[in-house]
Amino acid sequence: MAAPALLLFGLFGLVPLVGVVALSLARWDGLGSVGWAGVANWSAVLTDGATWQALWLTVKVMVISWLVQTPVALALGHFQAPRGRLRALFAVLFFLPLLLSAVAIGLTWQALLDPSFGIGATPGLHWLAKPLLGSPDLALYTVIFVIAWQFVPFHALLYQAGIRQIPTVLYEAAALDGAGPATRFRRITLPQLKYTMVTSSTLMLVGSLTYFDLIFVLSGGTGGPGTATRVLPLSMYITGFQAHDMGRASAVAALLVVFGLGLSLLTTRLSGFTRMDSQQEGM
Amino acid sequence: MRGIPISGILGTPRIRGAVAIAVTASAALGLAACGTSGPSTTSSAKGLTMWALNDQTILKESVDAYNNDHPDEKITLRLFANDDYKQKLRVAFGANQAPDIFFSWGGGALNDYVKAGKVDTLRASDVKADRFTPSVMQSATFDGKVYGVPANGLAPVVLYYNKKVLADAGVEPPKTYADLLAAVKKLKAKDVVPMSLAANSKWPTLMYLEYLLDRQGGSDVFTKIASGDASAWKDPSVTQANQYLQDLSKAGAFGDNASSVSYDQGASTALLYTGKAAMEVMGTWEYANIAKAAPDFLAKGDLGYTAFPTLPGGAGKADSIVGNPSNFLSLNSATKNKSAALTYFNDYVLNDSQVDAYLAAGSVPPVNGLESKLATVKSSSDKAWLTFVYGLVQNAPSFQLSWDQALPSDQADPLLTNTDKSFLRQIPPAEFGTNMSKATS
Repeated sequence: MAAPALLLFGLFGLVPLVGVVALSLARWDGLGSVGWAGVANWSAVLTDGATWQALWLTVKVMVISWLVQTPVALALGHFQAPRGRLRALFAVLFFLPLLLSAVAIGLTWQALLDPSFGIGATPGLHWLAKPLLGSPDLALYTVIFVIAWQFVPFHALLYQAGIRQIPTVLYEAAALDGAGPATRFRRITLPQLKYTMVTSSTLMLVGSLTYFDLIFVLSGGTGGPGTATRVLPLSMYITGFQAHDMGRASAVAALLVVFGLGLSLLTTRLSGFTRMDSQQEGM
Repeated sequence: MRGIPISGILGTPRIRGAVAIAVTASAALGLAACGTSGPSTTSSAKGLTMWALNDQTILKESVDAYNNDHPDEKITLRLFANDDYKQKLRVAFGANQAPDIFFSWGGGALNDYVKAGKVDTLRASDVKADRFTPSVMQSATFDGKVYGVPANGLAPVVLYYNKKVLADAGVEPPKTYADLLAAVKKLKAKDVVPMSLAANSKWPTLMYLEYLLDRQGGSDVFTKIASGDASAWKDPSVTQANQYLQDLSKAGAFGDNASSVSYDQGASTALLYTGKAAMEVMGTWEYANIAKAAPDFLAKGDLGYTAFPTLPGGAGKADSIVGNPSNFLSLNSATKNKSAALTYFNDYVLNDSQVDAYLAAGSVPPVNGLESKLATVKSSSDKAWLTFVYGLVQNAPSFQLSWDQALPSDQADPLLTNTDKSFLRQIPPAEFGTNMSKATS
């Protein structure tokens, strides 16, 4: 059973990865011949302040996104979990962003946040007519907001499913013991959602390493203003496909892989995901 | 990131991109899939392939005309979205699967291909090069050899203004930097944005630097930079140009929101014709954009245009221009059907009917001796505009290609990023040249 999976992983996972590492040791502008560069690309990438700034921005997007999305997704999931016609309607509305492509979302928000013609032009909402995407101080947070708008529905869906899995007997027993809604949430829902939370968080954290398309569109393809939103994947793209420095871009890509692997290992280790056992245990 | 978008009054020159962006992401993943359409036709003896941008509708007509006359040696034209195109072309050339004829912006980007030995030299006699405007041909001439023929309209950058807004504020179109500063003050008092700028897209900001340097230091400074002399970035006039840009920004010339405005959504154009902004510095394609988005504004005669103001004590000439001279068609050096390609370049590219088509679309092709044709244009607003652009280019002692196109592609990103940082005043004026000099060497 494992053979086909290994084969696929080897073909589409390992082979390109080895290719990228090899290319990171080469000099290639995408046009001429490929030349040996040794560790020149690596030392250039690692000594460039811009790389570390991009990495820092990536970490910032990751952590803040997690901090923003988790509580909102949990609250939404909790609200949607009980069955009901109105809730179903709300759920459909909430899930709308999930159906749109990142490019459509990016272009829409770019238009909405335009200070002259966007939301800020509506009477009564003039306080919103600020250069949210144009200010070096605000742009990153605006991007994080749009990312949250796009991905919260997905995580809310996970939490909704998780909550529906919790046996109702637990709540009935707690109610008999006189536990209020808050206590039930804290003592039953949250602990029972442990693995859902681990799954959701892992997806969120590792997924934020790939936030590229949305930021690309929102910043006009430049990671601007200045370099305020140039996260590592975007920096890789610009180096490779705009500056045509494939060697250096490959070094950045390899750096991303290392970072992603480390992050993955860390989340699974910290959360005890590897020892994951039945949620029904101790019932 | 920029093309010369000429698709005429009916086109949507710069407002593309949405789809292009979607494809760029997949381009990163699908390298192997790109350019697979090239090889079969390149290797066959009959027929040619040609790649261009999908807004080049008039160019397409020339291919159709050629194909009608040469059914046994047809050109297969493939059109691409802007951002997608540059990458596809590069990958295709890297894999030796490039088209026989390809469309480009001239300048440093084309020179990348020339230096890699991918482009064929065109002898002047092969393509009747003397019919084209000489300053335009410069962008496709390297080491004295010609590598492309111009294939669409001239696109110098000019200063547009809203006549009504300027009149309401009691301001004349600025001719000098002092005029401009005074106008900014008066316009600000009237609560309009003095100059509409799509700084989110970065390259519109670059247009200011291009003109400010050209007016301050003369065209030689950038010509030196473009020739690969990194030390020329440290010329005092580069710092001075950045100083002027930052002074304008500090004076509130661009309003508070410029860095949120993106060009592709048409917002900066809209600011001008809705009267929320008074002026805009932009390429000549903006005329077609305005004609499409606000025909009434044009019909009322509210759109004004003039040359970029002069600087006090600047060494540059007042009638020098910057922008995109034209787009070019070049010949793949690996082509098997050179004679057919030359026939096409010679007899179909910017021939008489093509020139008429471009003029009808509000765009001036880089061809000499258009005076008699211009005199017969029917629409008076179009006629005034075409005559203005034609005169501007004919009288210009130099026509500097946009920096992001003139420089090799590995310098384009540092250029745009530093321009943006200078505009945002995140770096002092002198640091722009220092950073660029570092990025170049």
